[in-house]
Parts: sequence; structure tokens; C-alpha cells
Amino acid sequence: MYLLNRQQRHVVNYSWMLFSLLIIAFLPFMLFGGLYFKSFLLLKTHTLKDLIFLHSWHPSRGEFGFYPFIVGSIWVTLLAILISTPICLLTAINVTQYAKKRFLRIMHPVIDILAGIPSVVYGVWGILVIVPFISRYLGPWFGVQSMGYSILAGAFVLSVMIIPFILNIMIEIFRTIPTELKEATLSLGATKWQMVKHVLLRKALPGIIASVGFGLARAFGETMAVLMVVGNVIKVPHSVFDPGYTLPALIANNYGEVLSIPQYDSALMFAALLLLAVSLFFNLLMHFFIARYNKY
Amino acid sequence: METAIRIKDLNVFAGKTQILHDINVEIPKNKITVILGPSGCGKTTLLKCMNRLTDLYPELKVSGEILINDKNIFDPGADISKLRQSMGLLSQRPYPLPMTIYNNIAYALKLRGVRGRRKQSILVMDYLKQANLYEEVRKRLREPASRLSIGQQQRLCLARGLAVNPDIILADEPTSALDPISSRFIDEKFQEIKPHFTIVVVTHVLRQARRIADNVIFMYMGEVVEQGSASEFFENPKEEKTKSYLEGMFN
Repeated sequence: MYLLNRQQRHVVNYSWMLFSLLIIAFLPFMLFGGLYFKSFLLLKTHTLKDLIFLHSWHPSRGEFGFYPFIVGSIWVTLLAILISTPICLLTAINVTQYAKKRFLRIMHPVIDILAGIPSVVYGVWGILVIVPFISRYLGPWFGVQSMGYSILAGAFVLSVMIIPFILNIMIEIFRTIPTELKEATLSLGATKWQMVKHVLLRKALPGIIASVGFGLARAFGETMAVLMVVGNVIKVPHSVFDPGYTLPALIANNYGEVLSIPQYDSALMFAALLLLAVSLFFNLLMHFFIARYNKY
Repeated sequence: METAIRIKDLNVFAGKTQILHDINVEIPKNKITVILGPSGCGKTTLLKCMNRLTDLYPELKVSGEILINDKNIFDPGADISKLRQSMGLLSQRPYPLPMTIYNNIAYALKLRGVRGRRKQSILVMDYLKQANLYEEVRKRLREPASRLSIGQQQRLCLARGLAVNPDIILADEPTSALDPISSRFIDEKFQEIKPHFTIVVVTHVLRQARRIADNVIFMYMGEVVEQGSASEFFENPKEEKTKSYLEGMFN
């Protein structure tokens, strides 16, 4: 026995589904709207251009130049991607095309464990291993004085953190390439390496770009681990051995203790808005590339 | 009659299950040999043994000999790329390479060692014409091959298979996914080029076998039940299993 007949139940179920869908669809807009509303106090007195391109950050004097944070964030993120992408790509190719199947079965739990480690732990590891490594060995080797807390340290830690995410997607992509395509390529007389280079990589390209985009988005928003090793000095970094400051770290370090300074609260909201905007930009860029290379 | 491929005591295991049992067959040169049998009888595996695509499946254990030009292809010193190049492969569904229509064939030419753009371009056109595809794709050579219809893709794969300049053509149910017109073209093409190639076609379609075969290998449950010339096989089968298959008793 039902309270409603089939038709009515259909309507009720359908409206619930539609409601959930709408909530998800509007969530980003609500976030954007909320952050924009909250940062309005800052935007009233400063132009967008000044906020993004000015170097000076003195909240007590009312100077809010986000440039050092933006540059710091972008450097750390891009470097991390630059380090982790080739490693992931080579690993994924090896595991799916060359290594024994047993190896993949071992790799999967390892990757999952790496993905599950809390970012604070990565941060601690960065402080204990990466920071001294840079100040004692890598810096002097390049003839640079560095205290170790630097853009490079942030990038190293970050690259290790995003490897499991990128790698998982890449392995999946290479696994889903049909065996018949490989057979077709090999039957033309291609060697295994030629097959990988000319056919598999091209076939996988949209997926590879998507996985890098996913890593990029994660890296850009990562807060804790980077904050612990990047140095947190508000200055535009001139080399990777310089300390820097990232947008997420700015928010995490200062939110909650700044209510005495007018506009500071609003400035942090603006930082969040910037984060969201840049993530969105990366996202769109990836979609563009995927669409461009997906034609094969 | 000259023999192109001689298979001796071929056994294939997948783990503990035996897929092929003591296969001993001879495939005559410049004829169409049809490997016939119900689904799952090991036809495709036998075909894949011939150009060692079985290497791709680590779970398969192959023993025995396959002799081509009196050389055993399972010899440790055998050049697998060369071997595969001497056989064009046409699979059940077309798998164009992720490239343009033009490059699908140019890539095969490159692997074969044809250098020089002019030479390549002349040959690409030539092979497209041979596969009866040129007129249809003349204006879209730079488009991705995946945009072609299935029938066109299969003809592209045929052109690509011919472009490596093989002696042997292996075809695994090449028409099962195609429209009648493309199917007929492929069948007719095989007849046309057979003086220059040894052609091995896997099929489970009796009608197709009757239409194109010079020579038949009939397989059932991983064993060769009967082999011989097509006329002998269809008119005067020796084995009980063959008779009942021809009468449509199973499959």
C-alpha cells in the first residue's frame, strides 16, 4: 500500500532529484556571490588592477597588494606540476605497458596510502627532510644561500602530494586503451616503444591533460603542507630558493585574528575569491585543451 | 601447392585451461584459407599466434612451431617487428590509429622504411585507391580517421595493412561489424589480390566461407577437426562433426 499513486510518486521523486541537481549546479555561483559580497568592502576603495598588481602589503596602512601571494602560489603550483607530471607519466606507462600485472596490484594500495596521508604529515616531512636538504645541499650546489624554507621546498612537498592523484588517473587512462589498438599498431611492425610514443601517448593525451589539470587544481588550493615549508615571507620571490607566501596560506594564517583592522577581513575574502577564480581559469583552460586534442 | 605457413604441434594454454590442442596445419601460398568454427573454438587465438600477438597476453603459454619460409617464428632470435610487418592484420572492428586519415597510412609506410614526403604521398594515395577509399576521403585527408564511418575505417585499416607490404594477410572476422556493401567489397578485394598474397580469414559465417574459401580449416573446441580444399570440405566432408556443422546442427 502506498500513500500516493505511481504518477504522484514519480512527480515527488523527480522534484527531489531536480532539487538536488539545482543545489549542486548553483553551489559555485553561491560561493562566488558570497565571496564577492564579503570582499566588497575592499573593492569599494581599491581597483582590481591595484589589488592584483601592487607589491606592497600593509593592511594597517590600507595597502593591499596581492601580487606576492599570487606569484608565490603560481610558482609553487607550476613547479610542483613540472616535477610530478613526468614522474607520473613514466610510472603509468611502465606499470600498464611494461611491468608484470602483479606489480600493478601492488602499486594500487601504495598509491591509495599516499593519497590518504594527511597534508600536515607531508608538511612535517618537508620540514624534516626537504628544507634541510635544500639549505645544506641543493642551495650550495647551485651556489645560492637559502634557508631551505622556499618556493622550491613547497613545490617538492606539493609534487609528492599530488603524485597519487595524477598517477591514479593516468594509470586508468592507459589501462582503458583497447588492446586491439595496440595489436593494430604492433602488427604494422612498430616496436613497443614506437607504439607507446606514437600511438598510446596520442590516444591518451586528452586524459593526460585532464589529470594534470586535476593535479593543478589540487596543488593550487593546498594549504597546510605548503604553508609549513614555503617560508611565509611577503615578498615577490626572485628565484626558487627564495621564500614565498601563497594565497591559501595567507587566509589560513590570518583569518580570525584581524578583526581590528578594517578591510582586512574583506581582503582575506578577496584572496579566497582570487583562489576560486584562478582554479576556474585552470579548469576552463584544461577543458579547452581536452576538446582540442580529443578529436582522435 | 606451395605452403606459406606450416604449424606444428601448436599448444596454447591460458593458465590451466588449454585453448589450442596439438594444432598441425598447412596454409597454402596465394590462396584464401578460411579458419571456420563456432565462437570460442580458438580461431582467433590461432590467428594471433601467427604474428605473435599472443606475446601481449602474459597469461598465454605457447608451445610448438610455426614455420614461415622455413623459419620458426618462436625462435628467440626472431625479429618480431619484421615478422609482423610481413603480415597485414585486419581485425574484427577497425581500430584506426589516433591520427589523420593520411597519417594512418603514412605511419605504416614510415615503419616500413619509405622515406621522402613525395614518395610517401604517392603511395598513400595508391593504397587508398586500392582500398576503394580514395574518392570518399580525397578532400578530408587531414581529418582524424575516427570521423570516418565503420565501413570506411575498415577499408582504411585494409589500406594500412597493405601499406606495410606484407606477404600474408590475417583477417579476424573482418566483415562482422560492417554494412553489406563494405563487407562485399572486402570479400571481393580478397579474391582480387589473392594471386599476390596468402590470405587467412577467420570467420564463423558459413556463407562467407563458402563464398571466398580455397582452403578450409575447421576447428572445434580448440582442435582442428578437418582441413582441406574448400570443394572437398563442403561437398564431401569426412568427419561427423563437420557434417553436422555444415547442416547447421550447432552454433
